[in-house]
Amino acid sequence: MTHVYDSRGIPRAIETAAAWLLGVLWVLPLAYAFWTAFHSGEYSTRFVLSAPLTLDNFVRAWAAAPFARYFVNTVLLVTMVLAAQLVLVTLAAYAFARFEFPGRGLLFALVLVQLMIMPDVLIVENYRTMALLGLNDTIVAVGLPYMASAFGIFLLRQTFKTVPRELDEAARIEGCGPLQVLWKVYVPLARPVYLAYALVSVSYHWNNFLWPLIITNSVESRPVTVGLQVFSATDQGIDWSIITAATLLTTAPLLVAFLLFQRQFVQSFMRAGIR
Amino acid sequence: MTRTAQWAYAWLMLLPAMALLALFTHYPAAATAWHSFNSTPKGARSAVFVGLDNYRQLVDDPVFWQALSNNFWFALYTIPASIALSLLMATWVNGKVAGRGFLRLAYFTPTILPMIAVANIWMFFYTPEYGLLEQVLGAFGAPSHNWLGSKSTALPAIMVVTVWKEAGFFMIFYLAALQSMSPNLAEAAAIEGASRWHFFRRVTLPLLMPTTLFVLVNAVINAFRMVDHIVVMTRGGPDNATALLLYYIYEIGFRFWDSAYAAALTMVLLAILGLLALAQFGFLERRVHYR
Repeated sequence: MTHVYDSRGIPRAIETAAAWLLGVLWVLPLAYAFWTAFHSGEYSTRFVLSAPLTLDNFVRAWAAAPFARYFVNTVLLVTMVLAAQLVLVTLAAYAFARFEFPGRGLLFALVLVQLMIMPDVLIVENYRTMALLGLNDTIVAVGLPYMASAFGIFLLRQTFKTVPRELDEAARIEGCGPLQVLWKVYVPLARPVYLAYALVSVSYHWNNFLWPLIITNSVESRPVTVGLQVFSATDQGIDWSIITAATLLTTAPLLVAFLLFQRQFVQSFMRAGIR
Repeated sequence: MTRTAQWAYAWLMLLPAMALLALFTHYPAAATAWHSFNSTPKGARSAVFVGLDNYRQLVDDPVFWQALSNNFWFALYTIPASIALSLLMATWVNGKVAGRGFLRLAYFTPTILPMIAVANIWMFFYTPEYGLLEQVLGAFGAPSHNWLGSKSTALPAIMVVTVWKEAGFFMIFYLAALQSMSPNLAEAAAIEGASRWHFFRRVTLPLLMPTTLFVLVNAVINAFRMVDHIVVMTRGGPDNATALLLYYIYEIGFRFWDSAYAAALTMVLLAILGLLALAQFGFLERRVHYR
């Protein structure tokens, strides 16, 4: 496909150069972190191509903090939140998309409130609630405020509304109840949206920091982001080789997943954005 | 199915989600309002109604005003910068630039990294004497400077990190919008003799308006929600130069444990987000007319 307004000649060369300059600027901090993490301390600020590579920083970082436990916590957290979200969001979206009932408009407006006022800003009160429920310093407490996701309800409701009514009615004539229709007609048709939502949700909760920092207090419940912060804020203060190694270590699963499923990631973020 | 059975079905399906929303969104928002009119319970002394005392304290608190103005400047600089950059990036990687695959990857990668990891990396980048920035500037003979440690450069340094992190995220939405635009438009405009810039300004930009609105709303929310990098890089310092509103709430609520005052501060944040919601609905109303 040719674009009539693609630049040619000198303007084109300038644009390509600018795009690359920006691209280099964008990978520079990451590239720098990789350099430091894979070289011994004395090379962390000296860029000699012949500098010997080493995995020593990773070994020392892994030994210096219970990262394995943090990873388990994060995986548990992300799985639990996603599983709960998928169930809650599906049921709510189906009700809003295909049922007539008193209070529908009001309830939907109440859901949309969460798009603006996210749990991220209600930290003080939610901390109080968790203390009342006796859930402080548990993985459940980290995930609970996010399980009913307004974003997910909205996204799926829009998707369910595009399902042809005829399919719905055909399934009902064959004797399916409402939940069976949901499971056999709506859920399969919305599969790409589920994938998109899952990727966005997983990366959001893998990366979430402030609320977990507040509500967790021990190695048993801390997700990897908070673990990383605790690790780099203590004595390690000066040893950048170890800190960058730990930083890359904790982001590696996400980074690898992203590089492998680049296209799906980008398309998912796109899909989740167009509503 | 009878009508009442249908109602019952719908309500039952909504129940779990609505219960959790009520418990962790609606109730805390209301409770924040109530607690902002009470004192902080201390030991055996339970909270008492104090009227507007917390708000009086807020009006007289220079740190609050500083955090608010920091947040204002933070939003004012980072939002236009990241939106403009993201539009530029999207236009480039939508065209036929050499190495498009690599560039898309390069622009988007910061988005999937946790802000806390990003902050660690940038802190190293900014480190006095050792950091890459210092070395590059030093090579040009510039004097050493503590970017995160001095009042005048700490907030701008944080802003750069934010723009770096957000531009790639917004680029995705512009890219999606650009790809859904019909190439016939460009052909028609070229036949009419419109210049490239004219086409961009008169056709592309207006067509991207809904995307810009969506991105803008998200950018504003993020400007008031994203404080992870503050916790890691500066802890609000030096001398509150990088204290943003939510970070200040976190400090008051969880380092000084003054939950009543934190509630009053949260009310300000909720008011800002509420105004934003109203503004957004105003825009949406207008957008409907174009369809």
